[in-house]
Amino acid sequence: MSLLEIKNLHVEIESEGKKILNGLNLTIEKGQVAAIMGPNGSGKSTLAYVLAGKPGYTVTEGDVLLDGESVLDMGADERAAKGVFLAFQYPVEVPGVATMTFLRTALNAQRKLRGEAELSTPEFMKLVRETSGSLGITQEMLRRAVNVGFSGGEKKRNEILQMAMLRPRLAVLDETDSGLDIDALKIVADGVNRLRSPERGMVVITHYQRLLNYIVPDVVHVMAKGRVVKTGGKELALELEAKGYAQYVGEAA
Amino acid sequence: MNADVRTMKTPAEQALSAAYSAARDTLPGKGAVASLREDAFKRFEERGLPHRRVEEWKYTDLRALMRDMAPLAGAPDAAARAKAKEAGKILAGVEMRRIVFVDGAFAPELSDLTPEPGLTVGSLADALAKGGVPALGTAFSTDDVAVALNTALMGDGAVIDVAAHARIRRPIHLVFAGTGNSSAFVRSLVTIGEGAEVTVIEDHDSGEAQVNAALELIVGDHARVEYFKLTQAKGLHVASLLARIGADAHFNSFAYTAGSPLVRNQSFIRFDGERTHAGIRGVNLLRGKDHVDTTLLIVHAKGHCVSREQFKTVLDGESHGVFQGKIVVAQHAQKTDAKMMTRALLLSEDAEADNKPELEIFADDVVCGHGATAGALDPGLKFYLMSRGISDAEAEALLIQAFIGETVEEIAHEGIREALMNAAIHWLRARAA
Repeated sequence: MSLLEIKNLHVEIESEGKKILNGLNLTIEKGQVAAIMGPNGSGKSTLAYVLAGKPGYTVTEGDVLLDGESVLDMGADERAAKGVFLAFQYPVEVPGVATMTFLRTALNAQRKLRGEAELSTPEFMKLVRETSGSLGITQEMLRRAVNVGFSGGEKKRNEILQMAMLRPRLAVLDETDSGLDIDALKIVADGVNRLRSPERGMVVITHYQRLLNYIVPDVVHVMAKGRVVKTGGKELALELEAKGYAQYVGEAA
Repeated sequence: MNADVRTMKTPAEQALSAAYSAARDTLPGKGAVASLREDAFKRFEERGLPHRRVEEWKYTDLRALMRDMAPLAGAPDAAARAKAKEAGKILAGVEMRRIVFVDGAFAPELSDLTPEPGLTVGSLADALAKGGVPALGTAFSTDDVAVALNTALMGDGAVIDVAAHARIRRPIHLVFAGTGNSSAFVRSLVTIGEGAEVTVIEDHDSGEAQVNAALELIVGDHARVEYFKLTQAKGLHVASLLARIGADAHFNSFAYTAGSPLVRNQSFIRFDGERTHAGIRGVNLLRGKDHVDTTLLIVHAKGHCVSREQFKTVLDGESHGVFQGKIVVAQHAQKTDAKMMTRALLLSEDAEADNKPELEIFADDVVCGHGATAGALDPGLKFYLMSRGISDAEAEALLIQAFIGETVEEIAHEGIREALMNAAIHWLRARAA
């Protein structure tokens, strides 16, 4: 069974009735890293939000199956417990909630939803220490409120820390490379690569080929006007970098 | 408009007048005290209960809201005293000196009266009966009718004096326990000498009782004072802080109100010396049809003082929150630095928050500002938390906790800070349940 199956997905923005996804089909296998590329407005971020369960979008047709089970009626929290993780393009600041508290609350909430026991304080602390060290996240950052006063790079590293702690089945990285300099990009990419596993699928959404030099995808999908218009190997990303998206935008019209 | 300047008395106004007439000869204090009461009562008789056409009471129309007056509380019986032992538990676990009042009357047998150098604790009724307290009525001059009613009918309360340079280690916990359906007019006077340090907690855990409380606070130069006002009142609760703060002092106040249907907390604070630093803060938690009014009159009478006013209100159900904050800077109070911020978090479509910040500045070299916001929880923040597996209810609770946490974190005393945060979390859990 495929890890993720998106079948003929049609999605509108609830408040304006504007159609963003228009019959999208996509399959992600276990262990696969798939890149999704495409021009602005092609629906990449909407796809990421719809997978994670953000309110404000209406699915008018189609289905999204995780391990064969439809997730469309599940809240964002249930999907997270089933193993969906979204690394945000713009991680939000949560004033007043310490990063450590946030990580622990999230981890234990997921465990609870899955019927597992909560982690003890020593177990949790050990996990945080091990995971944060390799991402260059200091104890001082962990004590601060979530993302408050973090630089762009720190926010992205914090996303990868959460992913590493929560160990999702399906990780969706929405433009994780945006706003990163080359050193930060390497740290983030190393963090992602460490999480590659035969049981885990990853969807890497990006505008640019650059990130894919560091996170080498198994497959590349091109999105335009709300659907996947071309699928190929990692060489497709290089081709896009050279020729641009113009041909696909035309094709989908 | 017609020429009728005085409307008919409401049942509550009639009951207040009747209560005063019946009790005037038995209320503690003769001579000067009696004439103080008489003058105050006249002010009430002339103006009646404050109503919506009185600017300061626009959002809390006491004449309309106070349907009737419960009878004045008599001396508490054994059952009331037993019940009072359970009051003020919000700060359980914090090491304090507990001073208890039952239905407005001082209960020495429930109070910790261990002697401590520099600290005098007594009952107002005793002091009035012995001829009065010269400082009474001098902290802040106001013609507010709620304060006038308190002066006319004051029965008992705390009289606390901290000698100059005394450092009182344990916070003084004034517990005002209400045990029945009665009215109490409590009046306290706290005088703090030069360079002294003390924490005073005015804790109203008053059940169904109607309470009109007033606390006068006179803070000497160089003193450091932490003042808390905790309110959990099922009955009508009107409280006034009347404070005068000296020079080079540090003064922090914090008000916490939860589970209270009808509260007016008014603070009249005057900075009467230069270079004083003050933080006036509070958190109000409202649900159902709760109505909680925080009204501040902050007078910077002397220059070079810094004051920070910060209030947070969480509103659920059909509750109504009111914040009126007025900062007055006198003509010669140059270099005043005052910033006021009030924020309301609306959890329901039917909740209402009225914010009215005002600045009245007569000096020309000051830094003053105010801000007010009212809004719902940020759906983007909530989605971020939920996308990590945190449930809807837990995400909301965490965000509300963070909202009030910013203000609670300013409390310097660790035990009190944690106790109040836990009380707020308890309130949040009860809301989600």
